[in-house]
Amino acid sequence: MKRLYKVELATKLADRVYEYWISAPQVAQHARAGQFLILRLHEKGERIPLTISAVRGDAVRVIFMTVGKTTQELATLRAGDSIMDVAGPLGKPSEIASYGTCCVVGGGVGIASMPLIVEELKAAGNHVIGIIGARSADLLILEDELRGICDEVYITTDDGSKGVHGFAADVLKELLGERAIDRVWIIGPAIMMKVTSGVTAPYGVKTYVSLNPIMVDGTGMCGSCRVTVGGETKFACVDGPEFDAHQVDFAELMQRQRIYTGQEKVSLERFAEHQCRCGEGGDHHG
Amino acid sequence: MGDRPADIRIRDFEEVDTGLSPGEAIAEAERCIQCKKPLCVTGCPVCIDIPAFIHKVAEGDFRGAARALKEQNMLPAICGRVCPQETQCEGACVLGIKATPIRIGALERFVADWERQDGVELPKTARPTGKRVAVVGSGPAGLTAAADLARAGHTVTIFESLHEAGGVLTYGIPAFRLPEDVVRAEIDQVLDLGVRLKKNHLVGRSVSVDELLGYDAVFLATGAGLPAFMGIPGENYNGVYSANEFLTRVNLMHADAFPEFDTPVLHGGRVAVIGGGNVAMDAARVARRMGAKVFLVYRRREEDMPARKAEVLHAKEEGIEFLTCTNPTRILGEGGCVFGLECVEMSLCDLDASGRPSPEPIPGSEFTLDVDMVIQAIGTGPNPLLVSLIPGLERARRGNVIVDENGRTSIPHVYAGGDIATGAATVIEAMGSAKRAAAAINEMLSEE
Repeated sequence: MKRLYKVELATKLADRVYEYWISAPQVAQHARAGQFLILRLHEKGERIPLTISAVRGDAVRVIFMTVGKTTQELATLRAGDSIMDVAGPLGKPSEIASYGTCCVVGGGVGIASMPLIVEELKAAGNHVIGIIGARSADLLILEDELRGICDEVYITTDDGSKGVHGFAADVLKELLGERAIDRVWIIGPAIMMKVTSGVTAPYGVKTYVSLNPIMVDGTGMCGSCRVTVGGETKFACVDGPEFDAHQVDFAELMQRQRIYTGQEKVSLERFAEHQCRCGEGGDHHG
Repeated sequence: MGDRPADIRIRDFEEVDTGLSPGEAIAEAERCIQCKKPLCVTGCPVCIDIPAFIHKVAEGDFRGAARALKEQNMLPAICGRVCPQETQCEGACVLGIKATPIRIGALERFVADWERQDGVELPKTARPTGKRVAVVGSGPAGLTAAADLARAGHTVTIFESLHEAGGVLTYGIPAFRLPEDVVRAEIDQVLDLGVRLKKNHLVGRSVSVDELLGYDAVFLATGAGLPAFMGIPGENYNGVYSANEFLTRVNLMHADAFPEFDTPVLHGGRVAVIGGGNVAMDAARVARRMGAKVFLVYRRREEDMPARKAEVLHAKEEGIEFLTCTNPTRILGEGGCVFGLECVEMSLCDLDASGRPSPEPIPGSEFTLDVDMVIQAIGTGPNPLLVSLIPGLERARRGNVIVDENGRTSIPHVYAGGDIATGAATVIEAMGSAKRAAAAINEMLSEE
């Protein structure tokens, strides 16, 4: 008896960036800010973690960029298609409390993690500032949604095509110089989290980053996702994924994210070839 | 029949031991002297009526033998393969005093395999009681308790966090020792008793603690899946695995068949496996089958290894090189990748609390093992996630749930068994504790 998880809505948000709503009641009913799910597309699929971006009824939203074979294959699914396994919510929820003024920073597809965190911070009575950054204007996601829930929103692009020409770190630094900020969340690529959290350190502002190491089970059983935080080994899947940014060994995280670079390339090429062959034959089987 | 030759079997993941033929099984069963006070039964953690099933085998009544086995054990094809019989039933067999004990494990496996091929007969279940029982975890303990509780007529739901049932039987023990179809078939037999299985449900996250405690009884069988690391420098280099991760990637995710399957795993050329238990043997033999030269590094002597004798023998036959009385001190790496394992030789002097000699490093004996991958198989701890979320559930210092001899925890209708209660042990000990807890749950539910 296979339980299949149905894709309810599949939308392309930007180049290589997709928004999927997936029916997964046991995940949706319990999801909190900061948590993730793990999905497996089919019998031969790998388990990949994706942040839970939003919840509506029995469905959860994930937003992802196609970087490897599994995300590319996921992006071929249409509304009505099914995913074999979805497990979650996994990881510890964000440490939400009434802090005062909070700043939530998202970089690239990391912006996807922001809505739940912002909503819970608002519900706890915080003044919430959102900073969203991307390489260029066409890669900016969820701008309207975040404008609707944040008290203030700042936009940055690397190429200056929208908002501030520069990085989220630049805006964050300016804000920290101007007023008191009590807590900061930063979600994005590892290098962006490392650089951006470097800005808050001199101000002694507690800063959370959401780490994204390679995982298998996501329940604390394998140790694939081990990260060094404050000199101690932690499992991102159960001890995190959010950790105190100023204690994280980012160099090690980035090193460990590259363990399977070679195999990932093989897998991707094989998939591209398969897609190509299927395309020629007019077969739209994902 | 018997073991396939080592040079053939290291090229695949097919089963090492091909099992007994019907003729061999009958001949072996006929050796049993049918003791009036059978010691073998006292050696069995799940109290199988061993002489009874062996008697049926000797008569050629394999169906009768299967019925006798399943009175106490719903997972006989699994137990026949992975139990440490030499320290249990076979270790207690009186024939072993002067000659060779009856090969009880091989007979158990034979009967279960025969039944699976000939058609499985489901044991009877009692009339529905209307009581709802939640079982958390679908490993050996969870499956065993679920089977006993379903047979007693309760409505049983098993929650499993992974996408497959079986726990360590599925993610941990490799196919050449325990084939996947054998595990699936025995799990299906449990489910066919009417047990509901909810996969992808991590209790404490996908199911709230309140919802869990709302069942009439709860059996916690979340296992000891938390991998221990030695705490030596270099442990987070790429190319250092816990045995759990390495085995999960291969057994559960089929990374050995990458890129046909999507999950990758590193292929070491020279691999060091640290540890001396069954898990260490499994990891070493999997790495060997993936083409590596494998060293097994263990700090005590070979005779002190906790692994089953057959696994140690099989590992050696397959060319695993044993470095005993050797302890790793540091993993060497460059650019994030492993290039060596620094070790020190150990001397064994006084006996420690476990009755084994306590190893001490020999000064000046340090050497470096040239390896590009390290797998740590030094044990696992109780899974902390769910048990830490249940208010009022008492746990020991090492994190295992405190239970009495019947699996009762500090919360009246919550029971625990298997590794989450005992700490890491064997499949059959987990099943034994699950049976005792299931009996206690039945008693509690019938009193209400």
